[in-house]
Amino acid sequence: MRIPIGLGVAAVVLLLAGAARADTIPGDVELGAGLYDRCLACHSPARNRTGPKHCGVMDRTAGTLAGYRYSESMRESGIVWTAETLDAFLEAPRKFMPGTKMTYAGVPDPTDRVDLIAYLATLREDAEACR
Amino acid sequence: MTRSIDDTNAATGRILSRRGALTGLGGIGISAAAVALLGGRENLALAAGAEPTQEDITILNTALSAEHEAIAAYQLGAESGLLGQGAKSLALTFQGHHKEHADALAATVKKLGGTAGEAQARYDFATDGLKSEADVLRFAAGLEKGAVSAYLGAVPLFADRELARVAASILGDEAMHWAVLRSALGEAPVPVAFVS
Ligand code: HEC
Repeated sequence: MRIPIGLGVAAVVLLLAGAARADTIPGDVELGAGLYDRCLACHSPARNRTGPKHCGVMDRTAGTLAGYRYSESMRESGIVWTAETLDAFLEAPRKFMPGTKMTYAGVPDPTDRVDLIAYLATLREDAEACR
Repeated sequence: MTRSIDDTNAATGRILSRRGALTGLGGIGISAAAVALLGGRENLALAAGAEPTQEDITILNTALSAEHEAIAAYQLGAESGLLGQGAKSLALTFQGHHKEHADALAATVKKLGGTAGEAQARYDFATDGLKSEADVLRFAAGLEKGAVSAYLGAVPLFADRELARVAASILGDEAMHWAVLRSALGEAPVPVAFVS
């Protein structure tokens, strides 16, 4: 029951954002936006803070945003952020990427991560939150 | 409300300065909170497996970076001209707590042989949406809620369990800020049984 509703919301939001990826990114964007509260001490969509901004993070190579000082581990990881790599990273950042300065235990619930990643995927450069 | 906060501060100060006297670090220019923090950690340093690591320093520095930002955010709020007397004194009290957290974290990083990160020269807050006292309080509440999550995410990572205790102690303080700000906004102060 939750999943079809989630897909519906994701489809609408992504459509509004001018994206056509609702088929590839499952998860509930609205729940994901709520879960993003956990990230707000360090991140925001459009500004670099303690952590780098998240606009355009999907398909970006980790540690490559100009104007943010990454750890060496992040800079040299060569990882590209996809639903899969984000899922592995967010489950346990320091296990997935030893030495990262994202010193956060992680998001243990797999469903939470799917929702969170659906939200991150809406943060394309042309999205409302990113302008 | 403000009075009870002041009373609490006074009581905390008394406890911390007594601790400072006990650990004998009171005279070397570290804040009372940092003294309490370091005193505890030194006592525990002998316990097997409790040694702080380079990674612990990284965790402390990430937390320090967020604390620096919170101090700047409260400064912005206090100077916004949007806060009434009550809200302004709340903002300055909470800013004072964040300064103590930052001092304590920086002192601990140095004590452990690391380099404490400095505050940025300027912070780029999204201030467009701040038009009323409630907007500023909501902005602050969001930061405090985030801080609770951030410390919750840091607690299990420390190799040194005493540092985890310190992070938990700061977490408790941020959670109180969050609750008081929610209350000032007319929202249920404590909306959940567990923070996440
Ligand atoms: C305690 C602060 C903190 C919290 C909380 C936090 N992060 Fe981070 N995050 C960072 C830092 C610092 C970095 C940069 C890491 C590095 O350079 O090693 C980062 C990096 C990242 C990156 C890599 C971005 C890039 O440009 O390559 C992603 C993705 C990310 N965080 C997602 C999240 C999400 C999602 C959450 C919430 C569940 C979160 N973070 C919570 C501090 C934090």
